[in-house]
Amino acid sequence: MSLTPGQRAWRRFKANRRGYVSLWLFAILFVLTLGAELLSNDRPLLVRYQGEFYYPVLFEYNETVFGGDFDTPADYLDPYIRDRLSANGNFAVFAPNPYSYNTLNYFAKAPNPAPPSSANLFGTDDRGRDVLARLIYGFRLSVLFALALTVVGTLVGIVLGGLQGYFGGRLDLTLQRVIEIWGSLPELYLLIILSSFFNPSLTLLLVLLALFGWMGLADYVRAEFLKNRQMDYVLAARSLGLADRQIMWRHVLPNSLTPVLAFLPFRVSGAILALTSLDFLGLGVPASTPSLGEMLAQGKDNLDAWWIALSTFTVLTVTLLLLIFIGEGLRSALDTRKG
Amino acid sequence: MDQLLSVEDLHAGFGSRVAVRGVSFTVRAGEKVALVGESGSGKTVTAQALMRLNPDVTLSGAVRFNGEELLGVPERRLRQLRGREMAMIFQEPMSALNPVYTIGNQIMETLNQHFGLAPREARRQAIALLARTGIPDPEIKVDAYPFQLSGGQRQRAMIAMALACQPKLLIADEPTTALDVTVQAQILALLDELQRDLGMAVLFITHDLNLVRRFADRVAVMKDGEVVETGTVAEVFGQPAHPYTRELLASRPDTLDDAPGQAAPRLQAESIRVAFSRRRGWFGKTVTPVLHGISLGVPAGRTLGIVGESGSGKTTLGLALMRLIQAEGQVTLDSTRLDTLSGQALRASRRDYQVVFQDPFASLSPRLTVGQIVGEGVALHFPELDETARRQRVLDTLTEVGLAADSVDRYPHEFSGGQRQRIAIARALVLRPKLILLDEPTSALDATLQKQVLQLLRRLQHKYGLSYLFISHDLAVIRAVAHEVLVLKDGKVVESGPTRRVFEAPSQPYTRDLLAAALLGT
Repeated sequence: MSLTPGQRAWRRFKANRRGYVSLWLFAILFVLTLGAELLSNDRPLLVRYQGEFYYPVLFEYNETVFGGDFDTPADYLDPYIRDRLSANGNFAVFAPNPYSYNTLNYFAKAPNPAPPSSANLFGTDDRGRDVLARLIYGFRLSVLFALALTVVGTLVGIVLGGLQGYFGGRLDLTLQRVIEIWGSLPELYLLIILSSFFNPSLTLLLVLLALFGWMGLADYVRAEFLKNRQMDYVLAARSLGLADRQIMWRHVLPNSLTPVLAFLPFRVSGAILALTSLDFLGLGVPASTPSLGEMLAQGKDNLDAWWIALSTFTVLTVTLLLLIFIGEGLRSALDTRKG
Repeated sequence: MDQLLSVEDLHAGFGSRVAVRGVSFTVRAGEKVALVGESGSGKTVTAQALMRLNPDVTLSGAVRFNGEELLGVPERRLRQLRGREMAMIFQEPMSALNPVYTIGNQIMETLNQHFGLAPREARRQAIALLARTGIPDPEIKVDAYPFQLSGGQRQRAMIAMALACQPKLLIADEPTTALDVTVQAQILALLDELQRDLGMAVLFITHDLNLVRRFADRVAVMKDGEVVETGTVAEVFGQPAHPYTRELLASRPDTLDDAPGQAAPRLQAESIRVAFSRRRGWFGKTVTPVLHGISLGVPAGRTLGIVGESGSGKTTLGLALMRLIQAEGQVTLDSTRLDTLSGQALRASRRDYQVVFQDPFASLSPRLTVGQIVGEGVALHFPELDETARRQRVLDTLTEVGLAADSVDRYPHEFSGGQRQRIAIARALVLRPKLILLDEPTSALDATLQKQVLQLLRRLQHKYGLSYLFISHDLAVIRAVAHEVLVLKDGKVVESGPTRRVFEAPSQPYTRDLLAAALLGT
């Protein structure tokens, strides 16, 4: 049975225990937080009230449905509603952590920020929101954002770098100058200026960071294409009569992906870090969005509430470490000199 | 004569992989011994083991030099011997010389190391050594950097370095392989002369039997890490005892014996010109002509050999004819003008003329299976074939070139050099082209494989009436396959005509030099 080069690389990756375990841990964390609404939510997953089933996690019900007085969405943390839901034969199944990222518990007993307790495992922040819930949602948002940024940046980088490297000459020269000029723009100032123009939002951040994020990769892809287009197998493909498009796609690209793959985890961790720092500086997402950077800023402002800074710091460190271990493993897996 | 070097039951390995198993041979003082073998036979590992040059190799057995056992001695003692008593020259002088020092500097380093000579005296000796090895203007060249010298001069400088301390034993590891034939002959003559004058012993490592016959007194033939036969050159070449030696001797390509009949021309080229232009500054350009108007014709079902040394433009000519680089001039293939085609029409026409490249490791895309590599052109040029028909055709072609049918789903890295070259031939052949350009298709292969590939090419030519454009620097190979030959030098045709005529009665002095240098003893 012959293995494809990809399968052999995968086998080498598996042989690197640390990278392999890190990949699994990261995947588990990511998949779990993808279902964050089921893990951490102020609305019960399932309610049985007077013989009928309700699904508050999916639908919004008004208080009156459960015997309340107001025609407003039910607050399931309200002791009165809780009473109604646990009385004679009724029951409610709550998520393991009964808070969402923006839940304000008006019935909490401790002043905010509250230290860890049985009600809030990781305590609350200075606005009374549950830290654990914000971490779960913040992690998900960071990773999704980073993946999106990586995909966009990588695609743009591959396309532009590939075109430069494959065709060379004038196109290469022009694009290189564009990159030099573009790359020397002060990214941070631009972000500060633009965030005062526009309403800061995730999409805006994604676009802005992607505009600057593709250049580093384009250089590597360009160099790989420059090298690989000289190879005899490319000449052989041309003499078969293949068009440039097919040669780039079938012959040059697959052999130029090594640096792209080896960089992927590092790009993801870089993107997480970028989003976190912008949020920390207050240039990032609006304050209601769950964000690790905003939590760090809170931790800095409330040094006595150690649980905010410590837990956020731990989540960030573990995430970045896992990604770096995966990257290390990937890099040694793509090194063909090792068996 | 006394034994200068005696190797007994030498074993060498990298980790668990054994490269040399039980090699024994001797070299007497002032004797020329050749160690012959194909790639992977362990000859270079053996040579390096004598000086314990490679620290990654584990060695056992006995290596006695001047009666002193070398395998156990401390590194300090070895350093005294290296360069002083035994010196080595390598295959590729460009990578064996340090590019950031002048050659004078590198020779002086050896002299300083072993004799502690003052710079002025060392420099005087370095100049003398360069003069001795036949480098012109040694006073000037002593300050030259390796890149400023030609390949032959670099190898001469390497020899000068090796001779600096007048060693008793010179180990020459394929010293002429990277050089052109005419330069090869000069370097060999130089080594011969120096050996006689200085009375040193030479251990000559090579894969080329021709060189052995011409140069050595005695020969040891290696295969798979073992010496299979030793003896004087006359004995081994006259009555080879071991079957492998016989096979090796028989692997010299035979002379082509096709009847020289007339055939209609298939490919015609008129005054092909190629020039490379390089940008200079912002607006300027320098134009270097590579080919100066070359005309040629390849008859149907016949082979035109193109011979030339490196830099003669033979590969450029091939690529120009195949429309793979920009060129001027007319190219006609069976009444189709190729040079005026472009875009889709050009790509469609490529079905009729295919290329096989020199390096079978570089010419196959490493991430595609053999089936994909060979089938790619079929899918492109025969879109009417469905999946099964296409696969069948690929399988047939693979069988045709002598590969097993199960190779279709395997990757290039699983094949040896000779098999890879067969895959490359299959990729060209599967399109049923009229003409195939073969650019040094056998020069990366060992002698025995080379012969097999040449036989395969001849069989295919007969069967399908293919025309070949065969580029090579190796005159023995050209004589074995080409009906007609064209000798190229500096982008111009020196001589052309039927191969037999050119080889037997060359009309140009350059052709005569080339033949004299290449065919050596035969």
